[in-house]
Amino acid sequence: MTDIPFPQRHLLGVEDLAPEAILQLLDRADGYVEMNREARKKRDILKGLTQINLFFESSTRTQMSFELAGKRLGADVMNMPVKSSSLSKGETLIDTAMTLNAMRPDLLVVRHADSGAVNLLAQKVNCAVVNAGDGRREHPTQALLDALTIRRRKGRLHRLNVAICGDILHSRVARSNMWLLGKLENRIRVIAPPTLLPTGIERFGVEVFEDMEQGLEGCDVVMMLRLQLERMSGAFVPSVREYFHRYGLNAEKLARAKEDVIVMHPGPMNRGVEIDSELADDINRSVIQEQVEMGVAVRMAVLETLAERLPNWRGAGALA
Amino acid sequence: MKPLHIHHARLIDPAADLDAEGGLILGEDGRILDRGPHLREAGSGPEGADLRDAGGHALAPGLVDLRVYVGEPGARHKESYRSVGEAAAAGGVTTIVVQPDTDPPLDDPALVAFVRRRAAEVCKVRAHPMAAMTKGRAGREMAEYKFLLDAGAVALTDGDRQISDPVVTRRCLQYARSVGALTVHHIQDSALAAQGCATESLFAGKLGLPEAPAAAEVMALERDLRLVELTGARYHAGQISTAAALEALRRAKEKGLPVSASASAHHYALNEYDIGDFRSFCKVSPPLREEADRAALEEAVAEGLIDALTSSHRPQDEESKRLPYAQAATGSVGLETSLAAALNLHHKELIGLPALWRMLALRPAELLGFETGRLTPGAPGDLILVDLGAPWIVDRKALRSKSKNSAFHDRRMQGLVKATWVGGALVFER
Repeated sequence: MTDIPFPQRHLLGVEDLAPEAILQLLDRADGYVEMNREARKKRDILKGLTQINLFFESSTRTQMSFELAGKRLGADVMNMPVKSSSLSKGETLIDTAMTLNAMRPDLLVVRHADSGAVNLLAQKVNCAVVNAGDGRREHPTQALLDALTIRRRKGRLHRLNVAICGDILHSRVARSNMWLLGKLENRIRVIAPPTLLPTGIERFGVEVFEDMEQGLEGCDVVMMLRLQLERMSGAFVPSVREYFHRYGLNAEKLARAKEDVIVMHPGPMNRGVEIDSELADDINRSVIQEQVEMGVAVRMAVLETLAERLPNWRGAGALA
Repeated sequence: MKPLHIHHARLIDPAADLDAEGGLILGEDGRILDRGPHLREAGSGPEGADLRDAGGHALAPGLVDLRVYVGEPGARHKESYRSVGEAAAAGGVTTIVVQPDTDPPLDDPALVAFVRRRAAEVCKVRAHPMAAMTKGRAGREMAEYKFLLDAGAVALTDGDRQISDPVVTRRCLQYARSVGALTVHHIQDSALAAQGCATESLFAGKLGLPEAPAAAEVMALERDLRLVELTGARYHAGQISTAAALEALRRAKEKGLPVSASASAHHYALNEYDIGDFRSFCKVSPPLREEADRAALEEAVAEGLIDALTSSHRPQDEESKRLPYAQAATGSVGLETSLAAALNLHHKELIGLPALWRMLALRPAELLGFETGRLTPGAPGDLILVDLGAPWIVDRKALRSKSKNSAFHDRRMQGLVKATWVGGALVFER
């Protein structure tokens, strides 16, 4: 594969990526989708490299996805158990970063509950850092896997009407998707009650709808977001049932979208809160399982791309 | 001590609206004996006086800074009275007014006396504490105002906390009026601003930081102004930073209410974009504002609506700043950069030097009844000699403060202090 225009050492967000870089990451991921469907999935592209998954905020699926991605490329993958480690004994983020750095990992996959925490950590280490979600800010691999899913289903990744629905305010998935889809010239709508929208959202280059049916009119893609339990009753929305009534996706509301609309969700789903259970399982429309599959492929592409940018990289499969 | 004749100076005196070439005589008692154009030449002073050639640089009153944090008691590793004195002298600040946000807070006359004693022993510049307005700065019960003032407190404030209960605020103001004290307030609606570490805006939304709306400031100020009308207390907004609050301040002043306000250097010199890639040194309270608000504040300073310019010097150690933005401590050191930040307004030709020094020295001194902040004959010899145009780059490691958390790190500044006198004694020379 030719050298892709990817000047970054780390993947901290899609906001920093050029559209060409995004497309080439997706091309590369496409190849891995096919590979992952073979019986023998393991390659030795990252053989000898060490990947550490550092999840300060627990997440089963993202962590597993990164672990599988690293292992399928032959890296030695280690999960750092944050809960039982010294981090819960008051060690600071930077001290942890320095300690890990001294063990000379090549790839560090980090999730943290604070916006900007991964950027901070990336300044202090020599290895490549992948942001697996920081606070409300970015979740780049989620946006990339969503893009890959859309491109494979729709055959293109531009001039689509994409609706993002739900808790936009607290969502890094929403932000990353808005940047990525915006860069590739799609029409983005956000659908949410005003209490769950960030200030100045109109100036993000998106159309804002408080009425879900209006917002879904003519959409090619609907992305649902998870509503966190603690935000459901009274604080941001009056109740679960009122939320589902106004902003839950069901067949009736979805009928306003295009006939070949696809429904996405980053998981885990709250059935009956943001999405109707039957709809979630409708294989003609729901691509939720496919998103999970694309996730592994996209993360393989990201890990490989960053590994190639390592200063001590000596080519695929070279023994370190 | 012989008298000192500083000649060939550019005299800046806000009390006389003076900006002219001349000279100044510091008397044997550490007070200003005389000053004026007639003392410009070396031989024009009293016979036998020591001579100092100012080289044409500005000779002005030392700064009176109404908003400084010191770590004593409780956090001496962040800043002691010794280190804050070094920093202040180097920054041209000859009087610091210290916030009561210490551990424990300065809500007890004995603590105020302790701080006064520590300052007298080791601090190079004058240091006056403000005392807490409520016990423990908890916003519930009034502290002992009269005892605190008698112990040496110069004003009352709960520091960076708003007294959220209007009933408590009202009583504090009523009682403070009866002892004649200036009350200083943190004008942020505490509920609305509680979670925010950035101003609600497009930029903060993109960064995904917990936000607080700029309106939290004017809401708090407007509530308080009603209480000032009810009580007649002397009210000072500790930091004002938004266009809406400036409008409210203007209206209150036009009405003739006993209201005044300070602006912090970082609020008129920096805006939210300086946070950039989550620079926690730029995490201050209230947070840096959108450009429109910063510009409005700069304009208010230029036209003299603001009474005092402060550094809001708040030392924080590396530990408390090297954290994810939302968790990092708030505050920036500023004693060594506040003069240059203010001079920038002069270099931008927005304001003349006497008017600028009015806010840097004279007006804050008047608010607290100090006789410093002016070059009037008889006033204490708190002077600074400033090379107004000297260019320099802020290097946080080179700061004299114990803490190096400067929001101005790496910025290009113009204006350096050449020498500082406190009470006629030379305490700093560069």
